[in-house]
Amino acid sequence: MDYDRVKEKLEILADAAKYDVSCSSSGGNRKNTNKGLGDSSSSGICHTYTEDGRCVSLLKILLTNFCIYDCAYCVTRKSNDIQRAAFTVEEVVDLTMNFYRRNYIEGLFLSSGIFKNADYTMERLVRVAKKLRLEHSFNGYIHLKSIPGASDELMREAGLYADRLSMNLEIPTESGLKLLAPDKDHQQMIKPMGFVKNEINLYKDERKKFKSTPKFAPAGQSTQMIVGASPETDLQIIQVADHFYKNFSMKRVYYSGYVPVSNDARLPGLGSQVPLVRENRLYQADWLMRFYGFKANEILAKNNPFLDLEVDPKLGWALRNITDFPVALQTASLEMILRVPGIGVKSAYKIVNARKFQNLTLEHLQKMGVATNRAKYFVVVANSNKNLIHLDSVHLKSLIVGDTKSKFENPFSNQTSLLNDDTFLR
Amino acid sequence: MTILFYDKTFEGFLTAVFEVFEFKYQDVQIVHEGTFQNSFFAEPIEIITNSEKSDRVLKKLEKQLGKSGIQQMLYTFLSEDASREMVLLQVITYAVENPGKDILKDYSNSFVMQLSKFVKSVNRERHRMKAFIRFELLKDEIYFAEIFPDFDVLTLIITHFKNRYQDQKWLIYDSKRGYGVYYDLNVVEIISLENPIQFGESHKKELLHEKELNYQKLWIEYFDHTNIKERKNDKLHVQHVPKRYWKYLTEKKIL
Ligand code: SF4
Repeated sequence: MDYDRVKEKLEILADAAKYDVSCSSSGGNRKNTNKGLGDSSSSGICHTYTEDGRCVSLLKILLTNFCIYDCAYCVTRKSNDIQRAAFTVEEVVDLTMNFYRRNYIEGLFLSSGIFKNADYTMERLVRVAKKLRLEHSFNGYIHLKSIPGASDELMREAGLYADRLSMNLEIPTESGLKLLAPDKDHQQMIKPMGFVKNEINLYKDERKKFKSTPKFAPAGQSTQMIVGASPETDLQIIQVADHFYKNFSMKRVYYSGYVPVSNDARLPGLGSQVPLVRENRLYQADWLMRFYGFKANEILAKNNPFLDLEVDPKLGWALRNITDFPVALQTASLEMILRVPGIGVKSAYKIVNARKFQNLTLEHLQKMGVATNRAKYFVVVANSNKNLIHLDSVHLKSLIVGDTKSKFENPFSNQTSLLNDDTFLR
Repeated sequence: MTILFYDKTFEGFLTAVFEVFEFKYQDVQIVHEGTFQNSFFAEPIEIITNSEKSDRVLKKLEKQLGKSGIQQMLYTFLSEDASREMVLLQVITYAVENPGKDILKDYSNSFVMQLSKFVKSVNRERHRMKAFIRFELLKDEIYFAEIFPDFDVLTLIITHFKNRYQDQKWLIYDSKRGYGVYYDLNVVEIISLENPIQFGESHKKELLHEKELNYQKLWIEYFDHTNIKERKNDKLHVQHVPKRYWKYLTEKKIL
């Protein structure tokens, strides 16, 4: 291998791939039974973090950044005057194997610009995965990007070698997509998602009958939407996400604050701020839907379609539904405890367990990791709780915002830990 | 006050626990070798590690607290914290006083809570080792990593690495505690190096496989280019990768 040449390619093709925020490696469930390399049955490890605090779990690269399409929000678009490069199949395989052997990564996330046509591109991606699995007995994690318009046969093959498949919608609405990615067709993107979902179910059913049936994309599929490139509301975004979770059994929907890549009049210009707080709020809304039992229309309503940047959506919901509080922790249902601001999934379970032994006080809650500076306004505990007098107060919001230091939490920090935290699964 | 001292092993500690209940010691303290100071008030009693006794304690505890309960006790023990023996003895006593109850779920008990904090810390360190260990390929085709974990977690990560790396020889060495685990393509062994290799950076280069630095450079290159500078957030970065772990990380090296 010509290391210097590969290094040059790596610069270009890692740079071009980094805007895809997904780096999850969980759910792979591929055991090392062939005395080969790797085991993704306990994946989900972040081996390092970028300087912007994102988990690095996979070698995330493009096979090539040559592209025949011209999506306005993408650095790789054909009209952009940048250096282009392409890895060979062997080079990607060699990098993956050698990085994995040194415990740098959990596996490979391979995406690509579209060169020649969809199938030609998809076929190359599949070839990398196939080679890793069949020739190198590689059991690490493989995430392949589905190329819009790729044939069913190739998608099927992809699913047999990859742990996860993803197709990034990027722009949530059809009209937005038309405007910014004129070469792409909404249907062409949705179709493979439907195909993958059906195959996953099919293979699952088969496996129930025949244990030898291979796994199909065991870690499921995911998608990503760019936030702040086009004028969609948060309500539209989370409705689309909800739709994906429900109808496509999507494992994850990622939200990526738009990082300006051009001065195209259709988009926020270079130098504009990446909407990080908004992105963070969307992740919180997403968690509320997935782990806390909230419905999309409880989080946002038509007359108020944007998330409050000042308070998190859970607190927002509590403030709008103040009559559901206070919650008596000693007797309340788990579902309701999960809705108390300041109580996370882990502490909710701790509460339900601990209350069998003892009447809980605010001190107990604090020890269990509850953010009592919020929760104290919303709960009835064993000893008297004088904070409850504020419950009806119009100042409750400012009171809480005031004494919770508005700690900016980056969503990515929790991305994997949330996924791997098995208290969510219990 | 009675002081029991044991040989630093988990078995030894459990043997001591057995004796506490066997002889109904009331005001008792369990310490490991080398930690107790001579006291005017107490004559330390030496505990001879006895696997029969420790097994009986384990069995009894497992029946009440489950496998995960035993695991939590082991993790607490591996924290090497000065108060670990005290906390464990308190929790075990609490369990014995409440037969049939899964007292480890009683987070309102301060010793249970303390135990769960140890478990959390040790678990975090275990995860960090799985994440931050970086192997370097040596001339003799062994993938080698040196570690200095805050807690004694090396034995807790063996299965993980064994499942993962079956077609390469590897050695993970805890230089802080002077032992390592070595996989020779068949079995994993606990080993201790007679002359710990001097892993000063300059010295080490001679031991490396000729290809090794190429891949390290490629990885560093990758790390630099997967970063989005518009989103830079040093605080968050350091929170995830505390500075004391940087010495492990290839991507933090300057080659
Ligand atoms: S098809 Fe993909 S790589 Fe090509 S310009 Fe559009 S988003 Fe970028």
